[in-house]
Amino acid sequence: MTAPLAEKKKLDVSRLVLLFSILILVVIVAVPVLLILVTAFFENGKFNIAGVAKILSDPDTYQALLNSLVIAAGTTVVSTVLGTFFAWLVARTDLPFKSTMKALFLVPFMLPSFIGALAWKVLLSPRSGYINKLLMAIFGLERAPFDIMSLGGIIAIESMYLFPFVFLQVAGALERMDPTLEESARISGADLFTITRKITLPLVMPSILAGALLVALYSLSHFGVPAILGTEKGIFNIPTKIYERIYSSGGSFGAIRVGTILSTILVISAALILKLQDLLLKKGQYQVIAGKSMRPVVLKLRGLKYPLLAISIIYISITVILPTITIFLVGGLKTYGLPFQLKFMTWDNYLKIFQWKITKDAIWNSLYLSVGAAFVTMLAGTMISYVIVKMKFRGKFILQFLGVLPFSLPGTVIALGVILTWSGRFGINLYNTPWIIFVAYVARYMAFAIKSSSASLSQVSDSLEEAGRACGATHWQSLKDIVLPLIRPGMISAFFLIFLPALRELTTSVLLYGPTTRTIGVAIYTLNEDGETVKAAALASIALIIIFVGETLIRKFLATLEQRATKVEEIKNVPA
Amino acid sequence: MADLTLHGVTKAFGSHVVLDRLSLQIRSGECFTIIGPSGCGKTVILRLIAGFETPDQGEVLIGNKKVAGPNFALPPEDRHIGVVFQDYAVWPHKTVFGNIAYPLELAGVAKSELNTRVHEAIALVNLKGLEQRFPYQLSGGQQQRVALARALVMKPEILLLDEPLTNLDANLREEMRFEIKEIQKATGATILYVTHDQEVAMAISDRLAVMDQNGRIHQVGPPEEVYTRPADDFVFKFLGISNMVPITSTEEKAVASGPGGMTEIPLQPPTSLREQGWLGFRPMDVQIAKQKTERTVAVHAVRVTLLGPIVDYLFDCKGLQIRAQMLTEDALAQDLIIEEGSNVFIAVDAPHWFNAQGEAVS
Repeated sequence: MTAPLAEKKKLDVSRLVLLFSILILVVIVAVPVLLILVTAFFENGKFNIAGVAKILSDPDTYQALLNSLVIAAGTTVVSTVLGTFFAWLVARTDLPFKSTMKALFLVPFMLPSFIGALAWKVLLSPRSGYINKLLMAIFGLERAPFDIMSLGGIIAIESMYLFPFVFLQVAGALERMDPTLEESARISGADLFTITRKITLPLVMPSILAGALLVALYSLSHFGVPAILGTEKGIFNIPTKIYERIYSSGGSFGAIRVGTILSTILVISAALILKLQDLLLKKGQYQVIAGKSMRPVVLKLRGLKYPLLAISIIYISITVILPTITIFLVGGLKTYGLPFQLKFMTWDNYLKIFQWKITKDAIWNSLYLSVGAAFVTMLAGTMISYVIVKMKFRGKFILQFLGVLPFSLPGTVIALGVILTWSGRFGINLYNTPWIIFVAYVARYMAFAIKSSSASLSQVSDSLEEAGRACGATHWQSLKDIVLPLIRPGMISAFFLIFLPALRELTTSVLLYGPTTRTIGVAIYTLNEDGETVKAAALASIALIIIFVGETLIRKFLATLEQRATKVEEIKNVPA
Repeated sequence: MADLTLHGVTKAFGSHVVLDRLSLQIRSGECFTIIGPSGCGKTVILRLIAGFETPDQGEVLIGNKKVAGPNFALPPEDRHIGVVFQDYAVWPHKTVFGNIAYPLELAGVAKSELNTRVHEAIALVNLKGLEQRFPYQLSGGQQQRVALARALVMKPEILLLDEPLTNLDANLREEMRFEIKEIQKATGATILYVTHDQEVAMAISDRLAVMDQNGRIHQVGPPEEVYTRPADDFVFKFLGISNMVPITSTEEKAVASGPGGMTEIPLQPPTSLREQGWLGFRPMDVQIAKQKTERTVAVHAVRVTLLGPIVDYLFDCKGLQIRAQMLTEDALAQDLIIEEGSNVFIAVDAPHWFNAQGEAVS
């Protein structure tokens, strides 16, 4: 009964919206993905699986595959342990300052992991790391005690910044868990250890695994940390290998072909991970989630209360505050390698960031690209959601599939697809222009926009729009006067959901930048690669300030928006 | 004002045929109700008329103007039909005034006239003083009035109401159904009302159509006619509590056959009914007596319930269950608030006879 407004006129609004949505999804998503597959599996117009096998068995690419797996596996295990432990501490014990601590554990999300990696390289690189040098001096060691530029180092740093994925999932599940489940076990005589092992853990297991899979998905296709800590030592994962091949060959077709084959593996793994996660989350929704205002059983930590608080605070200091301070200090050094003493410090680097072409361009590029991409993606995503949620037509599932496909496309894959599509093959060459990055951002963040807009659209009942039509509004007028005002809060949050990550994007941009189109992430990365560590750190500091201020203001803004929206929401849902 | 005609309309969703060659004519200025169980396709009829769906076959006419056919559909905004939805569909981001003014704004009505007309509509539905409220500050009944005023403000020739009272509480429902009747008199609009609630249908309709689960219309007529002379057993059963007794009819007598044996019925069956069939009657048409007469049948009281103004009885007659109702006043006067388990005699006042196919026979 929720069929679309019946219309038979040619080229009316619904038909236009439908055609435009298909066009966007085909151009932005379907064509790039198809080109990657075609390039990977076809050589000179012929299907060539032997060529694929040859490239994969090449020790160089094979090693990258293996490293990706090792890094993803290690990061997943470490993040899961950390995230689950801290989540339990915050949700199920009488840890002091719980709500503050909960907020603090999410701060690592704000620190882009490649900036974190840069800081840790400064502190713990075997040759010149400040902490290494300090320890060697104190204890008279001949060799550096820590080597962050190793597989272990990469795993440690990625885990530091990815564990909040697990933390969020598990803390949420623990808080929503029906305490009577545990209480009844306790009444039956089980001790706390047995309850945790037999009741609590199995119930939150789906959430733990879902968080773990999210980390695996992210780590598998992550560029920043392995690029900063591994490349110099010859440690590559799939994204850094693709970058290295394309970069060192000057963008040759052979390198791109290797890239497409490795990308295919990334896409398949990502799809598998997402499918698994979907299954787990569905399974995890059994009665664990009771009412929201449940008071869970809280474990008394007794003597461990303050030691555990201290451990948590130290952990956050080491993972967030120490690297942030390091970046700010390095950004103020006259020359990289000098000790942190006042006579070696200067404000010059910070001032020059806004004068020097590379950094000035980078800030400007990142700002307008992320604002532009967020705006366009939000509009396109809203339109596509409207088609998916509100319209009925044959073959809709294809559009739905194309709409969620970008979720399983890692940034590297999107970059390659965009290169293949927009380098003149179809008569349009965007290479070396900011537009290629723009197109890539739109593809990368389309899924966010569709998800956010679909959620708010499905809350707008069809009759609201139909009432408009009955009152004499054309389809277009009812969209403009009724549907759009009602989903505006969802659109605004979609905008910021895209704007914030786009501002600090590295994985995709790094494959697409040209001489004048560096983004903030790319500029930090390339400056560091070129040995300009001080300038890289100064730019990173500015970026951290922008991100921190931006996130805080936007979070506040979104909270007030949500408050205002709930009133409207209530009536949208419950008419009586 | 204009007649509203559906001519041989068929509508299917996928393989599910909701309406099969349905024809219906609603006269100008009347209040017409389509009544049927939920999911019978009555809302689809409204949506076809409003223009939210297109018929697969057949056509919809307003007056002599065709508004929808298999390859043609006038868009909803060009049909000039007022619609009130079951969930009210009041726009949450507009005030009461804003909601009601919107149709006039679209029509480009001048500011001063717009104000007058909106205030007229607000007065018509008794919402004075609430003009600047937002829907979340209104009760369900008030939101329903906003929806009604919004539909009326454009002075439509046809007003479609889709179960507009279902989400209201009982008192408000009663109040609103009289108001709808009043408003119809005041505006003279043709009203098509869709509901599953037979009381509302009886109360407000000039004519009504009874529709079954499969989208087939069984009877069309004024409420009193449909109620007193149902075309078949479906209509009879749908329009109120009913007793249906399986019978076998011969020339001189009718016999009710229950699980516990046969009972001779002291009523003359119609001459056209000479086989298996049904005797139907309403609980209120059952006379209860303590004394046996030639018109009565002996029964056994299983349950006696006082429902305030009426007393409800459940009798057993050789395994047949029979519902009866009596005004409490009369029951008290005749000392008929009887013990459960006692034996009494009943007679049926207004019998309805149905043949084996369920068609009414007289």
